[in-house]
Amino acid sequence: MHIIESGNVAAATGVKLSRAQVIAAYPITPQTPLTEKLSEFVESEEFDAQYIPVESEHSAMAVCIAASTAGARAFTATSANGLLYMSEQLHWAVGARLPLVMCVANRGIGAPWTVWNDQQDTMSQRDAGWIQIYANDHQQIIDSVIKAFLLAQTVSIPVMVCYDGYILSHTYMPFEQPDQDQVDSFLPPFAPKNFLDPENPGNFNPVTLPDVRPGVDGEIEPGYIEIRHNLHEDLRTTLDTYAAIDKEFEEQFGRGGNPLIEQYKCVDADFVAVCIGSLSYQLRDVIDLMRDDGVKIGVMSVQMYRPFPDEVIVAALADKKCAIVLEKALSYGNQGALYGDIKSALYNSDTKPHVHNYILGLGGREIKTQHLLDALTESCKSPETIGDTPRWIGLKL
Amino acid sequence: MAVKDYLRQRFFPHMWCPGCGHGTILNSLLRAIEELELEKKDIVMTSGIGCSARISGYVDFHSLHTMHGRALACATGVKLSRPHLNVIVPMGDGDALAIGGNHFIHAARRNIDITAIVMNNRIYGMTGGQFSPLSGVGIKATTAPYTTIDNNFDVVELATAAGASFVARSTAYHVKESTDILKQAIQHKGFSVVEILSQCPTHYGRKNKEGDAVSMLELHKTNTAKIGSKALEKNPVLTPRGIFVDTDKPEYCAEYEKVIAFAMKEKTS
Ligand SMILES: Cc1ncc(C[n+]2csc(CCOP(=O)(O)OP(=O)(O)O)c2C)c(N)n1
Ligand code: SF4
Repeated sequence: MHIIESGNVAAATGVKLSRAQVIAAYPITPQTPLTEKLSEFVESEEFDAQYIPVESEHSAMAVCIAASTAGARAFTATSANGLLYMSEQLHWAVGARLPLVMCVANRGIGAPWTVWNDQQDTMSQRDAGWIQIYANDHQQIIDSVIKAFLLAQTVSIPVMVCYDGYILSHTYMPFEQPDQDQVDSFLPPFAPKNFLDPENPGNFNPVTLPDVRPGVDGEIEPGYIEIRHNLHEDLRTTLDTYAAIDKEFEEQFGRGGNPLIEQYKCVDADFVAVCIGSLSYQLRDVIDLMRDDGVKIGVMSVQMYRPFPDEVIVAALADKKCAIVLEKALSYGNQGALYGDIKSALYNSDTKPHVHNYILGLGGREIKTQHLLDALTESCKSPETIGDTPRWIGLKL
Repeated sequence: MAVKDYLRQRFFPHMWCPGCGHGTILNSLLRAIEELELEKKDIVMTSGIGCSARISGYVDFHSLHTMHGRALACATGVKLSRPHLNVIVPMGDGDALAIGGNHFIHAARRNIDITAIVMNNRIYGMTGGQFSPLSGVGIKATTAPYTTIDNNFDVVELATAAGASFVARSTAYHVKESTDILKQAIQHKGFSVVEILSQCPTHYGRKNKEGDAVSMLELHKTNTAKIGSKALEKNPVLTPRGIFVDTDKPEYCAEYEKVIAFAMKEKTS
């Protein structure tokens, strides 16, 4: 069914179709309408789930961790400071290998307070071990949520589905809402092997020592470093797992095909603008303008940021003249995180493009087409001359 | 000093909806401060986040707009490092008792000399009308379209049990009473909690069919009665107003000073 709704409602609809069983959330702008919609679905009995309106994000993630440990499909959503308030439990959920799904409507972090969009919140959590998927429009939000539940339970790693606050969360767009039967056949019920089962008592996440030691059955069990190593290895294989899930989704629903990166006019391009999220669609207009002037430029968005699809990115960029990385986040005191990741991925490649870095849109600063055009034009004119420090777009000092 | 001299008018127009109780409470607070002849520089206001917490932006004191739920933790830091300053903390019901509930009970337990004002509109106003731990059973909110089943805290009982040495309640209707209570709360040496029932016509009023701001104010009048009044005696279901606790207990900063003095003496002797 084709509907016109907000990005938050697209997310809520995806959660409902995925038959999440426990939802715990605390309101924060711009996530709020998503959880309100879920509570409405639940209370009107359209959606058979437990909705727990907890007293903070800290509790929201704790409830999801416990629900998932008890064998339920659990979901939460947040933004900015709410995500950071969960930070301790984010690490816990990954270490405990719980297949949670969380939506994050991206927003700048205080201080000073801002309710507007940038991506510092989720980018700052990139090393937690969560899988991070970014959506560029409403269709990608609903589809990613459904795929995320399957991915999470396939690899036993929690997934964040991120989308730009306000720009996507609050705007209305048409999108296709899959039928429940179709989603049911795509996403089987969550049936964990290991869960809190009174019939089968167990000890979850026992304390580890620096070295390995035997478990209750006398068998040597992995220690802390082994558990973390396995997490990393499993994350690396997640890139292929997600690509396969996306393929399955495409076969069934007719949408997909760009699980890790999405490219626009990149095939014959000399220059590629690289970014994350809705900015990539704004950039398409700029690319078209520049193409009219004969500049061979395209745009690529990174759809899965963690695990990092380095090989796919290298393949897409290695033979270009210049990759221009535009970011709504910054690894303070260094450079854009995505920029750093892309440079490091290209390091061992025989051919490599120049790589430029622009920071823009922090705290919702308007991103003007003219500014983008100026920046990209400058980079394309002199790919060799721009140094290694990020340049700022739209700054009014 | 005139009340308006305590305001940062450059930040006006303020963000409150017409009829919101929070502005009236600010008025009561500023009158209390004016009547106590406090100097602006001797007051620190820390607040978290919420429509209520916006007060700290509008007053011309030292003001710290901090994180949601952390106002009292930040206030504790300010007070311990500058014990001579008056620290006043306006909070919404969510800020104070949902995400900030832990700080609330611990500040009360320590009996640190801070004035905490809980501006209770029984809803999260700023984020659009979700129910809070002070909503109580049977109200409608965006997170409870078919009414809540959660019990609420009684702020007065909670603060008293947790150890606050001054505990009072007023409403946004009882402007003068609020000023009077706030004066005593600020002067009190110890942790003072003043719950002031506020109204959020935009979310709570609309969802719960309580009418406009005027009829919600009317409810503050008809649903409450002063402690010790005939009205309360006749109708004990009314919410009592007034001062419930006003006791002398060791205050945290003063006790801390004693420990320091003792330790220094040990060291030098
Ligand atoms: C960590 C964190 N979680 C959530 C929020 C979003 N938030 C801002 S204000 C607020 C609730 C405000 O309600 P209340 O404290 O009752 O004050 P009111 O607006 O009703 O005056 C929430 C949930 C936030 N800013 N930070
Ligand atoms: S939303 Fe409610 S609490 Fe916030 S300013 Fe409006 S009336 Fe006041």
